[in-house]
Amino acid sequence: MNGLMQGQGAWIRLGFGAAVLAACWLPRAAGGAEPGVLTLVALTVALALSVLVPGVALAGRAVLLLAMGGALGVAGVGLAFGQTGAEAQGFWAAAIALWLGAWLLVALVADLPRRGGVWGLIAPLVFGATILWAWETVVRALDVPRVILPAPSEIAARLATSSETLWIDMLQTFGRGALAGYAIGCGSAFLFALVVDRYPFLKRGLLPVGNFLAALPIIGTAPIFVMWFGFDWPSKAAVVVAMVFFPMLVNTVQGLTATEAMQRDLMHTYSASWGQTLIRLRLPAAMPFIFNGLKICATLALIGAIVAEFFGSPTYGMGFRISTEVGRLSLDMVWAEIAVAAALGSAFYGVWALLERQVTFWHPSQRGR
Amino acid sequence: MSRSLPVLTVTAVLIALWYLAVIPMNATWEYDQARRAGTELPFTEMVARTMAQERPVLPAPHQVVIGLYQQTVGCDAVGRRMCRETTPLTVQGFGQRVVAAFTSNRSLVYHAGVTLSATMLGFLIGTGGGILLAIGIVYNRAMDASVMPWAIASQTIPIIALAPMIIVVLNSVGISGLVPKAIIAAYLSFFPVVVGMVKGLRSPDAMQMDQMKTWSATGAQVFARLRLPMSMPYLFASLKVGIAAALVGTIVGELPVQEGGLGVRLLSGSYYGQTIQIWAALFAAAILAAGLVGIVGLIERRVLARMGMKR
Repeated sequence: MNGLMQGQGAWIRLGFGAAVLAACWLPRAAGGAEPGVLTLVALTVALALSVLVPGVALAGRAVLLLAMGGALGVAGVGLAFGQTGAEAQGFWAAAIALWLGAWLLVALVADLPRRGGVWGLIAPLVFGATILWAWETVVRALDVPRVILPAPSEIAARLATSSETLWIDMLQTFGRGALAGYAIGCGSAFLFALVVDRYPFLKRGLLPVGNFLAALPIIGTAPIFVMWFGFDWPSKAAVVVAMVFFPMLVNTVQGLTATEAMQRDLMHTYSASWGQTLIRLRLPAAMPFIFNGLKICATLALIGAIVAEFFGSPTYGMGFRISTEVGRLSLDMVWAEIAVAAALGSAFYGVWALLERQVTFWHPSQRGR
Repeated sequence: MSRSLPVLTVTAVLIALWYLAVIPMNATWEYDQARRAGTELPFTEMVARTMAQERPVLPAPHQVVIGLYQQTVGCDAVGRRMCRETTPLTVQGFGQRVVAAFTSNRSLVYHAGVTLSATMLGFLIGTGGGILLAIGIVYNRAMDASVMPWAIASQTIPIIALAPMIIVVLNSVGISGLVPKAIIAAYLSFFPVVVGMVKGLRSPDAMQMDQMKTWSATGAQVFARLRLPMSMPYLFASLKVGIAAALVGTIVGELPVQEGGLGVRLLSGSYYGQTIQIWAALFAAAILAAGLVGIVGLIERRVLARMGMKR
């Protein structure tokens, strides 16, 4: 029992224990047997495991933590879905106990000496799952109107049943608008940066202007482009081009100046041409900056394409769907679109981050810590 | 001097390109009009007319400047009576017009004020919350392990897509006006501040932390004398990102509910084909953004200079 008051999260463990006791002893609703016996047993098991963990050797600790996570998961599912509608104090005590237990689990995982790799992912995943669980439980237990906040399970059901609509919207907004704009904007900014780089005068003049323009709310050009290019995807692509051009330009130009005079002199002694110096020395050296620009623009592209649709679009597309379904108060569809947008945004960003690791493996920021 | 000349040249070239673009963009309409009237349109006449259309496809720069004046303190904005009373315009009359412009809902000054107040409120909430969460993350390993990855991931997703929903939902429970827009501005400025501030609070190296230890500094002292001062450059860098994001959030938040603000001017301009109004609102937003970022930059320079961290 020496684990009770030592190590990470002693006070949380104390609170956890008190909440589990309260869940067992506080009065329950007259109608149902909630929180169910299984939930209470699972919570008690999790509490016992959390007391054992600090005293166990490292290999055993991982197993105990996994078991604790499993017990908390069983209790969480029981609490979230096994409700009868008349929740009493015992239920809320169990809910608080589960929250503290999840917190304790994260603290114990963070306390493990080995971090990084898969272990680094466990804590954020537990945290995310806890947030989802709390969302689901509160919405169900308090009977929050669905036009204010739908439960995650309803959003998931909507994701499954409306997958065809979501796919069409995604193709329109991301596949046509955002990707086309991203390719045109970043490509032209890259080529223009090569031109700018050759003329120091242009560089000194354009960099401050570009930095200034990059800070402006360029998204406001959306109504203008909708007027020029119509409601369909070309206007969205144009907004994306306007949004990504200057961040990409500034980053690429900065990257092209990242070489040292000594290195350029060396290329000069090899009597390398401008093109050879560019390909062999300056572009590789610029890659960290270029990828930084590409990553920033990946986020901007999706934002631009979605917001531009708020100003007018054909009858499909993620921005269109969000603004019309909000008007019809079917918020589960809105959340489903947002979930798709979030997954899409991080996937698009992640592709560039992976590519960056492949290309700029030599850069200090990419080498293993 | 070595910097202003290239900048001015580039700006001049951009404006010249804009003027050149006006001609082909607006020419079609002029030729159509001439054909319908059955008259011949000489080239110079056509060029002059493209610069003075009422609803041009692309307004000329001077049209935007005049529109900006008209819609801030001009007769369109302050009302007929005020206009008559202050014509011919004196310094005093101009002052009266400016005062009137703050309350006239046809003036961009009024709409910019609506947008600015929501932006500032949201920015203050977002920055305050961001700094607090960053302190929590730096001092609590559980929070660092669980919350920080989500804060970083949130930078890659278009959270602005939540804006229309927040506005409409809060409206349906009776919260309207400033607060919903400020909430959007707050969460858009929140995450950049968290990420930047965590980086800043962690920027003291092991040597400096050891130095504090040899002085037997308490945790609070290490925070106040070392971590907090060292985080200032990072904080200001993210404040500049945050305030620009807060402004964008407010403008997008103004789209679903027509209660005034620059976003409403953009949207109503696009409904009624009032291109000059759109461009004027766009420039007002740009001036606002530049002003806000500029003020943060100014404070940054003063603070860092006082702290001896001049860059």
